[in-house]
Amino acid sequence: MKYQSQDQDGRPWSPYLAGALVGVLAILSAYATTVWMGKTNYLGASTTFVRAAGLIEQQVAAEHVAENVYFTKEKVRVDWQFLFVVGILIGAFLASRLDGSFRLEGVPPIWRDRFGDSVVRRAIGAFGGGVVAMFGARLADGCPSGHGLSGMMQLSVSAFVALAMFFGAGVAVAAFIYRRNKP
Amino acid sequence: MTIEHVLGLVTGILFGFLLQKGRVLRFEKQVAAMLLRDMTILKFMLSAIAVGMVGVAALSSAGVIALNHKPMNLGAVLLGGGLFGVGWGIMGYCPGTSVGALGEGRWHALFAIAGMLTGAALFAEAYPWLKATVLSWADFGKIGLPEALGVSQWLIIVLFWAIVGALFRWFEAKGL
Repeated sequence: MKYQSQDQDGRPWSPYLAGALVGVLAILSAYATTVWMGKTNYLGASTTFVRAAGLIEQQVAAEHVAENVYFTKEKVRVDWQFLFVVGILIGAFLASRLDGSFRLEGVPPIWRDRFGDSVVRRAIGAFGGGVVAMFGARLADGCPSGHGLSGMMQLSVSAFVALAMFFGAGVAVAAFIYRRNKP
Repeated sequence: MTIEHVLGLVTGILFGFLLQKGRVLRFEKQVAAMLLRDMTILKFMLSAIAVGMVGVAALSSAGVIALNHKPMNLGAVLLGGGLFGVGWGIMGYCPGTSVGALGEGRWHALFAIAGMLTGAALFAEAYPWLKATVLSWADFGKIGLPEALGVSQWLIIVLFWAIVGALFRWFEAKGL
């Protein structure tokens, strides 16, 4: 494979093992939140972006945030999921430092092959993609964590449809964007 | 920090650790999955789902935990899911992995995070309009597949394991 080099990439675990352990973690977390918080919480990430956006907007336009129906519905506060998302950053940092796979990277290789070395171009792509993806995730009421992992584990009908749409659209867009890249 | 915050933080640290160890935080892995060249992301996700669904089914039927389905709001899930996929393909991260990618030094994820915060703010502005349109088209409510199909959850779980097992064997045979 062109894009990976095992010997320079620390000590990865089998994705089957790491994934199965996430399954165990999700079960334990559902149990622990039920016992200690009185409400079953499932893993998810995208609602935190709404709350974080609300917290930032409050600094400049507190009244506007207070009047917004969606911010009121999702409650702009630092909650369980907010700390969960902060934890992801810390956990990934620890794991990558411990096995030597931490790398500073401004432009990823597949992107460079297609769009060149420009950090500005990558920033525009990442930002623009982020705007569209988060708007979509909030409309669908979940992302690959909330729908993809948690919804699927609960056998939610919405999760099967959402995950199919995520991947279907992703495959179509990736094929279109990177069609000139050599495999 | 309340117990809620401690639980969230500890769970997040473990989740981030496992995401990193499975190497699913990478832009390369996410895009390679969408290009159908490397199925690391799917191996990871489907393994997590297959294991998780057994525990969730057992604990919820025993009345220990509660299920919390996201609404099957057809227009919203189809349109939102499609938009998410388009953005995901360009950004190369999803919300959870963007934060983890930053943790392992891939600092271009910062632009993705900034974009997603902007997207969330825009959604909050558009919400009243969306509520009157897309979100009101066809809402089937919070439904699970067992009720929708009228079959036992365990039958679906056995079928899921069989399909995923076959898929994994195929991935390995093809070197994906």
